[in-house]
Amino acid sequence: MTESLIPSVGVVTEIRIDTPDVKTFRVVGRNGKKCFNHMPGQCAMLSVPGVGEAMFSITSSPTNTEFMEFSIKKCGCLTNWLHMIEKGQEILIRGPYGNHFPVERELKNKDLLFIAGGIGLAPLRSVINYVRDNREDYGKIDIVYGSRSKDDLVDYQEIINEWTADKDVSVYLTIDRDQEGWDGHVGFVPSYVKELDFDTDKTVLLCGPPVMIKFTLQGLIEMGFDKAQVYTTMELKMKCGVGKCGRCNIGSKYVCKDGPVFRCDDLEELPDEY
Amino acid sequence: MYKLPFEEINKLFEAVSLNTALYVPVKKNDTVVYEKYSENTIYAYDELNTVKSAKDFFFPQVQDIAQFKLRGKSIEIINNEEDYESFAVFGVRACDAKSFEILDKVFLAEPADPYYKERREKGVIITAACEKPDEVCFCTAFGIKPWEPSGDVSVWISGGYIYWQANTQKGLELTGKIKDIFNACEENEIEYFKAQIKNICGKLPFGNLDLKYFKETDEKDIFSSSVWDEIYKGCLGCGTCTFVCPTCQCYDIRDFDNGKTVERFRCWDSCMYSDFTKMAHGNPRKTQKERFRQRFMHKLKYFPMNNEGIYSCVGCGRCVRSCPQKLNIVKVAEAFSHD
Repeated sequence: MTESLIPSVGVVTEIRIDTPDVKTFRVVGRNGKKCFNHMPGQCAMLSVPGVGEAMFSITSSPTNTEFMEFSIKKCGCLTNWLHMIEKGQEILIRGPYGNHFPVERELKNKDLLFIAGGIGLAPLRSVINYVRDNREDYGKIDIVYGSRSKDDLVDYQEIINEWTADKDVSVYLTIDRDQEGWDGHVGFVPSYVKELDFDTDKTVLLCGPPVMIKFTLQGLIEMGFDKAQVYTTMELKMKCGVGKCGRCNIGSKYVCKDGPVFRCDDLEELPDEY
Repeated sequence: MYKLPFEEINKLFEAVSLNTALYVPVKKNDTVVYEKYSENTIYAYDELNTVKSAKDFFFPQVQDIAQFKLRGKSIEIINNEEDYESFAVFGVRACDAKSFEILDKVFLAEPADPYYKERREKGVIITAACEKPDEVCFCTAFGIKPWEPSGDVSVWISGGYIYWQANTQKGLELTGKIKDIFNACEENEIEYFKAQIKNICGKLPFGNLDLKYFKETDEKDIFSSSVWDEIYKGCLGCGTCTFVCPTCQCYDIRDFDNGKTVERFRCWDSCMYSDFTKMAHGNPRKTQKERFRQRFMHKLKYFPMNNEGIYSCVGCGRCVRSCPQKLNIVKVAEAFSHD
């Protein structure tokens, strides 16, 4: 197998405004079909000619056979450009890259605790929907999701309409500061997780801003979880996606190839440079 | 093994270039570079090495990937049709010959890089033993034998003759096509010459560079060593070391808008540059210390960890010669051996 780095054309068929700075883009190939198949947690390189190319987690579940979705926060040159495009715009796409959450092995038959902060829901949404679509293969599902405000919860409608409606799925939402029209929990994710006092036999999938990951993991350890029970997904600057361009390494591991999904005890073995 | 009077070396070059494009080290503007052979080519046989390594032949400084034509909301992809001609590189030193094996571990690992793979299959490497390794050479620290260079063909220039020995199938094929020009020779005619080189190597100041610390110490411990706090300080972040290095393989992918199409290409990049890991939301390697550390950790720890203990350095000495601040891998290794 070779990797030529040449992308293919993807058509943006839907753009959903999720929050003031997050949009979700639906992408298919020119033939109207999915560009490629992936596993939950894998990523794709999206690019706009002359603007840039960057790695994004695939937000949609592999069980969605019609299209792929990418929830993208506006924060740099390429993402700003993507936020300005309209339906029907063609972009470039290549992938899938990286490993994935072990949905076929370690996660099977386990009670799963998903913990996400802000745009950190994007990679986890792929797993959550995969697990919901293969419900009999997994135990109880708990989802803790927090963001700055109610308006910053990514894809609030799906969470409310679909996830909370599932039996055996418990959703716990929280926002950083109280606001009008919100009668849910207020407070940061790490302390909310401790408050909820989960059974420590769960397998945890954790993603969010670095500081949120750090304090949540610390809290989980204090609650009695082992680092080997916690999976997270990383993001660093990438150019190739196949472990050759040399920039996304944490110690001897390349996030694009050996990651982006890491078990926290394995991550702890690596130099602290991320 | 064959031989040919050295004064007839152009006869050899002519014969090879009739079969395949041939590149030879020549002197140009006070430096030594590879040049495509023509009848005016003067082989710089008495120069130790080229200023840049021979990695360009397989991993060129710029590689076109594709072009994109934008019309309204649509994008047309134009693939580059590239002809990969067969070629031979003459006069590659033992250090650079070894560097290709190291680059192979990166570019031929699954999924292989098609551009590199194609060039690697098309290229014949003709190495030349080093008559006079100099004081910045330390290839022997990595088990390289400059008196017995690897490659598809090895040559020795000694006693007024050039000796030719094919080592691989590719080398045998090329030899088969040109062997009429050669004289027969005894296998042991150059033993004394080899012993002389070996003798010089034994006296080189960095030839026994001590890498025990990197071999035996945990990556996290080396990473957090206080030695890095001081040793990086002269580094300007100019990236010269990475550009002359035969094993540095980091690359960037960039777009150039020429007004009609957008050309996507990849080009050499350097972990010494401040924007190498810079993202919209931050940079995990904020100061030159982290970038400097990355380069040497990669060569002496991370790469060996992933590749059966093989270091990503061949001791060619180019960084020792080129660094404007006289910083280099030898200084780093020595700083840690005293740690």
